[in-house]
Amino acid sequence: MSKRYCAIWFRHLTTDWITLRQPDLKSTPFIFVMPEHNRMMVAAASPPAQLQGVFAGMAAADAKAFVPGLKVFDNRPQLAAKLLKALGLWCIRYTPIVSIDHPDGLMLDISGCAHLWGGERAYLKEIVNRLRSKGYDARAAIADTIGTAWAVSRFGKLTPIIKSGDEVNALLSLPAASLRLEPAIIQRLQKLGLHKISSFINMPRSVLRRRFGDNLVLRLSQALGQEPEFIQPLQPVEPYEERLPCLEPIRTASGIEFAIHRLLEMLCKRLSEEGKGLRTAILKCYRVDGKIIQAEIGTNRPTCTIRHIFKLFELKIPQLEPALGIELFVLTAPKVEDADIVQEVLWAGNPGLEDTALAELLDRISGKVGSDTIHRYLPAEHYWPERSFKIASTVAEKSTINWRTNKPRPVQLLPRPEPVDVTAPIPDYPPMVFRYKNEVHHIKKADGPERIEREWWLDKGEHRDYYYVEDEQGRRYWLFRSGHYSDETSRWFIHGFFA
Amino acid sequence: MTSIARKKELVSRLQTDILRWQGFKLPSAQTQAIGLGAVEKAFPNGVFPTGTVHEFVCGTPEQAAASGGFLGGILASLMQNNGACLWISTSRTIFPPALKIFGIEPDKVIFIDLRRERDVLWVTEEALKCEGLAAVIAELREIDFAQSRRLQLAVEKSKVTGFVIRTDPQKLTATTCVARWQITSLPSQLENGMPGVGYPRWNVELTKVRNGNPGNWKMEWSPEGFIPVKEPVAIKVPIVRKLKAV
Repeated sequence: MSKRYCAIWFRHLTTDWITLRQPDLKSTPFIFVMPEHNRMMVAAASPPAQLQGVFAGMAAADAKAFVPGLKVFDNRPQLAAKLLKALGLWCIRYTPIVSIDHPDGLMLDISGCAHLWGGERAYLKEIVNRLRSKGYDARAAIADTIGTAWAVSRFGKLTPIIKSGDEVNALLSLPAASLRLEPAIIQRLQKLGLHKISSFINMPRSVLRRRFGDNLVLRLSQALGQEPEFIQPLQPVEPYEERLPCLEPIRTASGIEFAIHRLLEMLCKRLSEEGKGLRTAILKCYRVDGKIIQAEIGTNRPTCTIRHIFKLFELKIPQLEPALGIELFVLTAPKVEDADIVQEVLWAGNPGLEDTALAELLDRISGKVGSDTIHRYLPAEHYWPERSFKIASTVAEKSTINWRTNKPRPVQLLPRPEPVDVTAPIPDYPPMVFRYKNEVHHIKKADGPERIEREWWLDKGEHRDYYYVEDEQGRRYWLFRSGHYSDETSRWFIHGFFA
Repeated sequence: MTSIARKKELVSRLQTDILRWQGFKLPSAQTQAIGLGAVEKAFPNGVFPTGTVHEFVCGTPEQAAASGGFLGGILASLMQNNGACLWISTSRTIFPPALKIFGIEPDKVIFIDLRRERDVLWVTEEALKCEGLAAVIAELREIDFAQSRRLQLAVEKSKVTGFVIRTDPQKLTATTCVARWQITSLPSQLENGMPGVGYPRWNVELTKVRNGNPGNWKMEWSPEGFIPVKEPVAIKVPIVRKLKAV
């Protein structure tokens, strides 16, 4: 299938933008100025100013001299690029491949898109009308090649839609500047009287190349489709993406649910055919007011189960604000992995952590309250209690070492040891009495000390002498003395509670 | 005479049916004892009810530790068959490596550490609906009757065993839980007066059992499992009175 491109040209991009923000400027002539070689030059002029003969590139002083009451604004160099990017993102509702055509246009790859709007004429009309109703003076043209679409959108006078194979006729009457050439080449062409493309299109290419350089020949063949040309999409098209345009804007939760279901059916069918499952999915909703809202979900293992993914999105629906309505849903799966082949259960064993239902539950939990809330621990080869376990990175990760059981460890461990007052009369004997939270505990039985040294390669400080003690009521504690026994400096802490 | 006998038979059949519908199982080949010995006799049919929600009351960290150990012993037998469990709380102090002492693989436990109490209830309910889990433990400050009924409805379908650890004994209200446990530490004993600290020993108190007999037992945890400390005598009367006084 041949490609079709649509070029959009914003004739007064920056001035339209400021008129939108300050509507009273609509009928006043104003210009944007920028310094160039120590002179103020006109960067852009508003339509009323242009009517009075002001054009971009003339000195600001001249413009001010012959237009009384001319308003002057400083030019913002990044403004045009920013506006084009925003407009380009907005145009993604018409086609997934949109690129920015600096300094004042957009290029859309509309192959296979126009029929959704009922033909190219209706499609073009829709785009131009929508842009104009937003306040941007736009011109657009559709053609088989980027070059022709560009030329016709800027200079075309007859029809904006060029049929396939009709490029040459369309280009004949257009000026040389419509070929996207450098000013120097255009000047040279004009000097030689070659004002229109028709006057040099039939010249031998070698002659053109010798006199005007490679660029002219390249641009000419690109416009005629003899040389391929590519555009850089504003948003790279995800390989796994589904789109659902809506005839009427969707404003209800049940409508959104239905849309998600439809999209998932399309996406999951494709994924399961290819034996893949998604790990993350992003739902983008393009609203009528031009804003894009999105919801993102993640799964612990690759999945293409519609029911499960829909449940994850269901939790996010209340966060989606439809405002005046959503007119396009796009579901992308940026992270796709090979799915495990589900084997029929022969022996109904308990799958434990490998269970799909568990993975789905964890997905729902992380979708609702965040994935940082889910922890699973594996043993770590450290004696220091706080470091004796580490966080497992996945649900199914297995440890190569075993959990230690040869030393008593408390069931409850305080996040940080709390200081206690202790009476310990004899060095390296367990304490007799300790006071914790204003309660005095008389120690009846004790075990210890278990000395745990600091890991000097990790941190500095005193070692700990741990005692496993039991008070008169049978409550069991884990106490430790920080450092060696001495009357003044030894400090005691409580670190845990035994079962 | 025959009509009375028939009535009796009908009533007893109805009772067993009701028990079954509430999640209690009849003793059969599939139900294995979880090693609690005499305590299991307090439950209807003499079977520790799995697939229901139990409640542990612990106000102090010492009690929480004792309950944690006792619960660990129960979980160990529930998770025998390669099961996984979820531990949901807002301020968790449980020390995973210590669970191994009670026979649990600590890496089979998935901890969910939440910020808000409200989320604990949501996650607990979702987890109890998940049939692949062996048990779900939730640390909760408060739970009202309606919320506990939601949990009960979830487990009736999925047959997952739930344990609710109530961290605030002041806020105990009626719930649908099948049993309310209270575990307190007892001084440990070593043979022949040897020095040191012995195996953990607890006073296990069942303050409420649905269709069963509340009671009070002394248990010890040894590496082999639970060991009753003395001749297990179920003291029924004083407990019932205490409850009424509350």
